[in-house]
Amino acid sequence: MGADLTILLPEIFLSLCAMAALIFAVYTTKDEVAPLLVWGTAAVFVALALWVALSGNVTRTAFGGMFVDDAFARFAKVTILLSAAAILVMSKDYMVKRDLLRFEYPVLIALAVVGMMIMVSAGDLMMLYMGLELQSLALYVVASLRRDSVKSTEAGLKYFVLGALSSGLLLYGASLTYGFAGTTSFAGIISVATDGNISVGLLFGLVFLTAGLAFKVSAAPFHMWTPDVYEGSPTPVTAFFATAPKVAAMALFARVVHDAFGGVVGDWQQILAFLAVISMFLGAIAAIGQRDIKRLMAYSSIAHMGFALVGLSAGTAQGVEAMLIYMAIYVTMNVGTFAFILTMEQDGRHITDIGGLNMLSAREPAKALAMLVLFFSLAGVPPLLGFFGKYGVLLAAVDAGLGWLAVAGAIASVIGAFYYLRIVFFMYFGDPEARGTDVAVAPVQGAFLIASAAVMVLGIINLFGVEALAASAAIALVN
Amino acid sequence: MDTLLQDYLPILVFLGLAIGLGLVLILAAAVVAVRNPDPEKVSAYECGFNAFDDARMKFDVRFYLVSILFIIFDLEVAFLFPWAVVFGDMSMAAFWSMMVFLAILTIGFAYEWKKGALEWE
Amino acid sequence: MSAADITFYCFAVVVVTAGLFVVVSRNPVHSVLWLILAFFTSAGMFVLLGAEFVAMLLVIVYVGAVAVLFLFVVMMLDVDFAELKAEMAQYVPVASVIGLVLLMQLGMVFGTWTFADDAMAMRGAVAPPPGEVHNTAALGLLVYDKYFPLFQIAGLILLVAMVGAIVLTLRHRTDIKRQDILAQIYRDPAKAMELKDVKPGQGL
Repeated sequence: MGADLTILLPEIFLSLCAMAALIFAVYTTKDEVAPLLVWGTAAVFVALALWVALSGNVTRTAFGGMFVDDAFARFAKVTILLSAAAILVMSKDYMVKRDLLRFEYPVLIALAVVGMMIMVSAGDLMMLYMGLELQSLALYVVASLRRDSVKSTEAGLKYFVLGALSSGLLLYGASLTYGFAGTTSFAGIISVATDGNISVGLLFGLVFLTAGLAFKVSAAPFHMWTPDVYEGSPTPVTAFFATAPKVAAMALFARVVHDAFGGVVGDWQQILAFLAVISMFLGAIAAIGQRDIKRLMAYSSIAHMGFALVGLSAGTAQGVEAMLIYMAIYVTMNVGTFAFILTMEQDGRHITDIGGLNMLSAREPAKALAMLVLFFSLAGVPPLLGFFGKYGVLLAAVDAGLGWLAVAGAIASVIGAFYYLRIVFFMYFGDPEARGTDVAVAPVQGAFLIASAAVMVLGIINLFGVEALAASAAIALVN
Repeated sequence: MDTLLQDYLPILVFLGLAIGLGLVLILAAAVVAVRNPDPEKVSAYECGFNAFDDARMKFDVRFYLVSILFIIFDLEVAFLFPWAVVFGDMSMAAFWSMMVFLAILTIGFAYEWKKGALEWE
Repeated sequence: MSAADITFYCFAVVVVTAGLFVVVSRNPVHSVLWLILAFFTSAGMFVLLGAEFVAMLLVIVYVGAVAVLFLFVVMMLDVDFAELKAEMAQYVPVASVIGLVLLMQLGMVFGTWTFADDAMAMRGAVAPPPGEVHNTAALGLLVYDKYFPLFQIAGLILLVAMVGAIVLTLRHRTDIKRQDILAQIYRDPAKAMELKDVKPGQGL
């Protein structure tokens, strides 16, 4: 027991911090300490990320394989923790200004992150479900944080109802899997589903599990909640949704298909490839008509999840590695983009219409340039980092014999490039008469924006060594 | 298995009796009772006025808060039952496991109390 | 057919009927009442399976708490359910197609009902054999010890639920007087009253 608990130490520590923060805040000055808690939580996230990253390259399991701490889990955890910290820090000003910052917010985010850390380390269907529910429940609450706004409550409710539906699907799949395999542990499931032999019952379990997880990563055709939830939630929460939970859900997806169903790659490969194609095309085409930048980012995230699924559907270590790198790049781009979206306002009111970007280059050339880099990178224009992410997943698909998938991905990325480039066009050659966003004084957000853009340019040299880490993570998962 | 079900036989008999008796009473009222309705007799009547509005009005959201807090502690108690059943045979870890669980919920309770969620007004 | 079988079929018929009425009844409060009946009869079926603890949990948690919450929610919402029902009628064709597909899938699974070879062995490895120990005790021996992290995460989930419910629904009204119990207890009669000797015709 003691040895098992030491493996879970980061999660335990974070939960204790969250509970201590809750009690501390409620017994002192309540919402007045909220900014302090935000900084504190972000600091704890960064410290934990360092702790997890430096905890050696070993694979350890706890509680009879229920909890797995391997290179893959660590890679995902570090990405989740760092992106959550970044979002917390840059959302503070926005929330204080709009009187949204309540001391429960950092606590709920911390508990959601605990859930995500458990998800990516799950070695058992029960652990998977508990982690997922802990994460989702906290996210449902923060989605409707602005409880007096109809849109925000609607977003929370929609997210909750569809999230509950997807949890139901997942649970149904898990119970079918348990029924036919006789165990909930991934190690047990992989021992009964080997060499492409899978019973029909187990196959149904796999299909329902995949559908439930596809909901969580918002892959089409299970994406319908995404635009509404992204639009309705307060912008910092949207930024959070677009980053850490996506990484966690994608990592969980990879863990389920490889750790539990790694023996029957052919069976899930086609499902994932199907999800990937639909997501890429839907994300690219549906985003064209959007005027609201949060909705646009929602469709963009659907398309990006499609590309990440391309990597996953390759079913190889190379594919997982490409997927992990893709997710890391995706998160970095989204942190930068949302840092800018958070500062968009007219006369103190937050705006999300893409008209707000009109002629940004004339007013704030540095930020416009950073946004140009980010949008080019999101679109996958070479030689920026986003291109290498896409190239990696498509290459993995080709190497796994899924050439048609790679071709579809390339076509979808060309279609998708249209709407990113249209925004860039607005920023540089828009209507000079139209009123855009006011010039914002936002050092923190500005720093994140510039840093993220800089990463997109400088990262092409060696990806900051992420490639090697992702490779060892992928090997830890696929063996 | 059958011995287990036999233990439940009295409950089944009781259930059958309760349903049977309930049905008999309702049906008796429908069959035997004298009914002589007229429009005034069956109309809604409220202190000499016609009804002002629908009887089902909206509830205050505070009722909901109370009931959801109740559910949470109800679930907590549900976890206590199996623990209490095996109390004699359990390991030390299992004992402390419940203590930790209760501590987590006590933190929630302290938060709830201090936040004023238990006060009606 | 044994008595247990007959009881099972009675319960099964009631569950399905109650479930149907949950969906079709016009009055939402009636729907909730039908739901309670469905919970009760499912509890009966769990008893027939020998899963007494789950049966009692269903009664305590679902009937006792969740159904009450549903009633509150139904009464709290100002929704015209008749209108909703009318809208629902449009979706009946799609819904029935989906239902049919699900049913066919279940049929297919049932047709090729093959467990993995060592499924039973793996299942037995976790729990003590059902004949030897009472099922509530079996749960008790597993949940707190072997599934320690899951149990604690359940605690955290309940904590999040508590915080979430309070964050989203609690409003403090500022325009009312609240009872301050401590202040009342610490009240000292010596300080609370002051006796003044008022001379006639002078006032205070």
